[in-house]
Amino acid sequence: MSVELDVFVGNTTIMDKEVYQLWLNGYTVNDAVKVRIEGGIMEECEASAEVLLSDTMDQYRTFQMCERLLHHPAKLANQLLFQIPPDRQAMLIERYYAFDDAFVREVLGKKLSKGTKKDLDDVSAKTGIMLKSCRRQFDNFKRVFKVVEELKGPLVENIRQHFLLPDQLARDYAAIVFFANNRFETGKKKLQYLTFHDFAFCAGQLINHWTVGAVDNMMDDMDVDLDKEFLQDLKDLKILITDKDLLDQHKSLVCTALRGKTNVFNEMEANFKNLSRSLVNIAAKLINAKDVRDFFIDLVEKFIEPCRSDKWTSIDVNLYLIHYTNSVHILDTFKHHGVWNRYMGVIKSCILRMYHE
Amino acid sequence: MPGKLKVKIVAGRHLPVMDRASDLTDAFVDVKFGNTTFKTDVYPKSLNPQWNSEWFKFEVDDEDLQDEPLQITVLDHDTYSANDAIGKVYIDIDPLLCSEAATVISGWLPIYDTIHGIRGEINVLVKVDFFNDLNRFRQSSCGVKFFCTTSIPRCYRAVMVHGFVEELVVNEDPEYQWIDRIRTPRASNEARQRLIFLMSGELQRKIGLKVLEMGGNAVVGYLQCFDLEGESGLVVRAIGTACTLEKISTLTSASATHPSNSSPSKDMKEPVFGEEAPGIPLSSGPPTPLRVQTFSSFSPSKSYSRQSSSSDTELSLTPKTVRIYLSPSSPALVSDSSPLPSAHLPRHLRPGMSSRSTTPPPLHVSQSDTAMLRKSMSFSEELLLAASGMGSGGSAGKEAGPLKALLRQQTQSALEQREYPFFTLTSFPPGFLLHVGGVVSARSVKLLDRIHNPDEPETRDAWWEEIRQEIKSHAKALGCHAVLGYSESTSICEEVCILSASGTAAILGSRFVQDGPLDTDYRLSRQPLVFSTGAERVEGDMGSSASLGFEEVAPPGCGFCHIPYDELNIPFPAQLTYCYYCRRFKVPDVLFTTIDLPTEANVTGKGCLIQARLCRTKKKAQGEGNATAISNLLPFLEYELHTQLMNKLKLRGMNSLFGLRIQISVGETMLLGLASATGVYLTALPSPGRIQIAGKTPSDITYEQHISNMQKKINDTIAKNKELYEVNPPEVVEEMIGSPIPEPRQRSRLLRSHSESSDEVTELDLSHGKKDAFVLEIDDTDAVEDIHALLTDSPMPPGFYSCNTEIMPGIQNWTSAIQMFTSVRVFRLNNANLTNQGLNKIFSDLCENLLKSLYFKLRSMIPCCLCHLNFTVAVPEDELIQVAVTAVAMSFYKDQTLENGRQSGDKTLIKAITENDEQLQFNLELNAESSSSNPLSSTKGLSDVSGSHPSARAPPVDYSSFADRCSSWIEQLRLKAHTIRRGSVKTTSSLEKASPLPEGRSRSLQSNRSYSGSSVTVVKMTPLSFIPGAKITKYLGIINMFFIRETSSLREEGGVSGFLHTFIAEVFAMVRAHVAALGGNALVSYSMKECVFMENPNKNQAQSLINVSGDAVIFVRESELEATSVQPQSAATRETSNGGDGT
Repeated sequence: MSVELDVFVGNTTIMDKEVYQLWLNGYTVNDAVKVRIEGGIMEECEASAEVLLSDTMDQYRTFQMCERLLHHPAKLANQLLFQIPPDRQAMLIERYYAFDDAFVREVLGKKLSKGTKKDLDDVSAKTGIMLKSCRRQFDNFKRVFKVVEELKGPLVENIRQHFLLPDQLARDYAAIVFFANNRFETGKKKLQYLTFHDFAFCAGQLINHWTVGAVDNMMDDMDVDLDKEFLQDLKDLKILITDKDLLDQHKSLVCTALRGKTNVFNEMEANFKNLSRSLVNIAAKLINAKDVRDFFIDLVEKFIEPCRSDKWTSIDVNLYLIHYTNSVHILDTFKHHGVWNRYMGVIKSCILRMYHE
Repeated sequence: MPGKLKVKIVAGRHLPVMDRASDLTDAFVDVKFGNTTFKTDVYPKSLNPQWNSEWFKFEVDDEDLQDEPLQITVLDHDTYSANDAIGKVYIDIDPLLCSEAATVISGWLPIYDTIHGIRGEINVLVKVDFFNDLNRFRQSSCGVKFFCTTSIPRCYRAVMVHGFVEELVVNEDPEYQWIDRIRTPRASNEARQRLIFLMSGELQRKIGLKVLEMGGNAVVGYLQCFDLEGESGLVVRAIGTACTLEKISTLTSASATHPSNSSPSKDMKEPVFGEEAPGIPLSSGPPTPLRVQTFSSFSPSKSYSRQSSSSDTELSLTPKTVRIYLSPSSPALVSDSSPLPSAHLPRHLRPGMSSRSTTPPPLHVSQSDTAMLRKSMSFSEELLLAASGMGSGGSAGKEAGPLKALLRQQTQSALEQREYPFFTLTSFPPGFLLHVGGVVSARSVKLLDRIHNPDEPETRDAWWEEIRQEIKSHAKALGCHAVLGYSESTSICEEVCILSASGTAAILGSRFVQDGPLDTDYRLSRQPLVFSTGAERVEGDMGSSASLGFEEVAPPGCGFCHIPYDELNIPFPAQLTYCYYCRRFKVPDVLFTTIDLPTEANVTGKGCLIQARLCRTKKKAQGEGNATAISNLLPFLEYELHTQLMNKLKLRGMNSLFGLRIQISVGETMLLGLASATGVYLTALPSPGRIQIAGKTPSDITYEQHISNMQKKINDTIAKNKELYEVNPPEVVEEMIGSPIPEPRQRSRLLRSHSESSDEVTELDLSHGKKDAFVLEIDDTDAVEDIHALLTDSPMPPGFYSCNTEIMPGIQNWTSAIQMFTSVRVFRLNNANLTNQGLNKIFSDLCENLLKSLYFKLRSMIPCCLCHLNFTVAVPEDELIQVAVTAVAMSFYKDQTLENGRQSGDKTLIKAITENDEQLQFNLELNAESSSSNPLSSTKGLSDVSGSHPSARAPPVDYSSFADRCSSWIEQLRLKAHTIRRGSVKTTSSLEKASPLPEGRSRSLQSNRSYSGSSVTVVKMTPLSFIPGAKITKYLGIINMFFIRETSSLREEGGVSGFLHTFIAEVFAMVRAHVAALGGNALVSYSMKECVFMENPNKNQAQSLINVSGDAVIFVRESELEATSVQPQSAATRETSNGGDGT
């Protein structure tokens, strides 16, 4: 005695948000039924486990049929198979493309390749997120990446338009795509303390200031790659550390400005040359793709960690960076003010964001 | 050359990748109509081709325009090999042939492939330049409008209802042709789809011709069905009601001639039939006490029905012809090998053969025999005598009485003309329906044989002819001259076919039905409603004087309940009482019908879905033996279904069934019976007697205890149900209250008859007291099962109601949130050795669980009603049971339901209540609700509740409107108080509690739907003929589509459920797309008439066929239309005025 076939099709497709979330989270039908039962829905609706099972299976099937469309959210709006009210469509898309911070933190900056996908079971074990869900999230990243890789124009806007995502989610995806494209290293132990949102913030800074699109919206180039010309120009900043006079002059200017304004002045003064060398070296090396990958680890190792060991507060760091940046403009022999500002603006906000006390 | 069809292929989108190498497609389109084909250019390397073709023009006969579908095939161009077909679109251009329907088909239509499903969409433009052919000998019938709706369509007015039209076309099924062995499944499916499109086109054209000959211009209640007879062929048949319709916008001139005619009502709840002048008195002719040969000239279609009575010889090919017709009290079976109509005659005379309602026949000394009937020898003896086919003559000889003569007379007159006074409509213009007799049905078991000559489908025609004759004579036996809500169906298993027909015997008013079929002067037929003021009952004479129209004095609210047959010569035993509403005419105690509840009917409380389910095993057999076995089982099946219906009806405290539909489905090893109807408490009919359980041999104490326990359970259920459905007839308040506490039987019976005699001082029918109890004996195991079945029907969760009719009695204030759905379940019986009881339980549980799932799925719509719940059962394979349900869930506003319940509870009182009263009443209700501390309300409630004590009852002295009003108020208060006091009563209390939240939910749902902005037109679908809160402004034509889907990768498509789920979703999508392309935004009167599913999991294959139909319409939200007053209010006032007219 068994139910061989059991379907329910509504003219307007009925979708339960709760079941959708369970499906997205990778629960099997039986597990989902268990979760629902624990949620007390049986008492609430006078339903039996049988009814719940039937409903859950049915919903799962509907979602599976919809999944194909969710891969191309724009299609969802003008497909004919399911009649779904627009606000429901938006909900479906938003939730489908939502991801877990813990998961994204694991794959951020990794190549979105088959190899990475194979390792997802490790990620799943580590994060406690079900493998199915990991795969969906990974595939989402990859899909978005593939689509916008080829597109011109602003990255965030492209993502928003092609995947009909809300603004914040589109920004997050832009960050993921940007990280994947530039293969930034984020997995090192020293970077573990940083959250996805820290990186996403930094990615936003980089996208907005260091890519081609950042300077000229009309440019044909894309937002996903760093502005090569700019990276080239960054080499010119080396003068700040190679020229002994300039370095000393810079130091004295910064120290004058900082004196008395901070508790860690002595440490600042002692470390100035080291820190300045680190920052300028990072800039100068960015022309090499390999060093781009190490951008964040370099920032942490060469700047953030020394400061932290000296017990600087964020306020101290902020103060230091402001004066460090601005003092350069007083140096009369320094000519590369535009590049300096473009570089330091991003560096400053990134460091501040990454500086957890 | 009267028509030019123009087609333009605009673009495609979402096409599938056909070239793996490039991941693209080189698509072009083949446009075919008849034998002419055009091609577009190849649009290379695109999944979204823009062909933007020229106009392809087909110059064709209008006959072809009607028969042929436009066939659009999208292909992928391949330089080296054959072009691959991507998929097809069939477009029925019939809607374009009617000036009042759509003018252009334009939009995105899904490209469909029978193996792959929907593969992208194509944008087309289709137009027709049409020159109507006025040739008298033409074969086309362009311009005749078709409606699936079984009432007069909303924006039309019936000038005349001509009558029954039927047609049937047969062909070989391509699936069974020899060529099928060598062609691909796709080719075979497409051949089948195309053939059925062609056949339905032809069928429609032929029906149209009949309509034109009758002088009509439309077919309403068009019902087309397929019989997949397998080897023996494919039958497409259709029935409908020919009408002359007039658009309501053209009414102005007509209304000028009738000043009393009100302008078309904006109220969408009721069909609008203008042309009503109820107040104009006409002198009535002399009362005709007996209806004699009343319908000799009734139906005008005589010359059009097919002459096939000569096929009697062919009939004998089938070994056994068994006809059964359902009688509410006991089954009747007659089998005879010579199905001459005259042979049927005596059957109507046998008591218990009646097609009409009610309690057990008096043949049996005590009513308590009912339960025994199934087993008792005496019963079967009698039945078998007739059933054994020992000659109807034999049984006829037993019958006596003057009735026979009368009936013979009538039959004779009927024989003189071969036509059917049948109507497929289920709801009618006011004045159309006068009296309802009861359900008539006929079944016949046939052996299928190959259809030798498709052009002469005489055999099939003769079969139906036979059944229709039978129906007609049954109706006559009930003193009725017409059959309403008529429908036909088949169930086929291998070579055995059960043909069934059923309808409601009735007497019609003359206004819409006229004699002369070709009468063009419609004005003549528009006789105003006639009222004579005499207290005497005037029989409506349907003779040649039809156009003069003698009508009843009976108020419309109860008139249809009054018996149509002669009281002294009742064709079967029935308990008659005087109408509880008007107190003037006799009414039966129970009324079964296949029609919708008339809008003007007086109803107490709400209705609910009542289902009887039955499963009977049968031995595997072949050919004749099989047919015989089935014929032998049928009457028992019907009898038990009927008993179940009756019990369940009483359990709900109701007294009538509407929309009754009995489906018998035959499989190799079992027979399934499913009867669905909507139970209603008609105010005019007496309150149903209680169900009592009696043990036959009350030997030991535990047994007694068992019985009394059951009795208590039953009483509790009845009480609960009455509360749930607000069945609180004012007259019998004391009874209802008494039920929770079981009283000694005798006492209650005594009390009852006593109270009644005090109520109806002189009019008391003494026989009335007899009917009181409906006794169930639990002597045998069957009865125990019955009772269990009764009690295991789980109650609906709070906030839900259900019915299978168009309108739910007692609910009117619908929101605009509707959700149509189809649900299919297939159940496998793994255990082959099941008893009947076991099977029954499984089948019943299957239906119950399905309903429960529906309630759960639709919980966000609470408070809501599942309307037009249509169950279809089938036995697709040996151990499979398939149940398919289509229905629409409609939310309603909770806060007004109580008020509505009150309104329908007693309409007469409402008309008396002024605005102030309404206000006051509302306050009162509020008080009662808000605080139980309110002394007035709580004491009132108390006194009513404690009315279970017999002496506490205060019998109403008279029935003045004041008393009614009070009692109704008290009802309300009592209900409320009940809820408050007995918080433990789960159903009501949670219902109250739940109200604020779900309402919010339903509102949000509603707002979601009104939200638009996507590029796809939202198309609503509903099996009902209306859309709540909206006005249908235009009918665009009929949608009738047939699809086949097959797969050989069942597992990959998600198994059987995944496969069917996708297919149903695709069918919905295609229907919506075609409606949208016609310019519509809704499909009303939607039905899924066929849903065949076959699987072969071992081969990883499955196939499914679906046939859907409905009327494409444009609707406008009432709120958008104009800022009219709140719609439910207007409905209420209208109803009130209706009630007022009656008295």
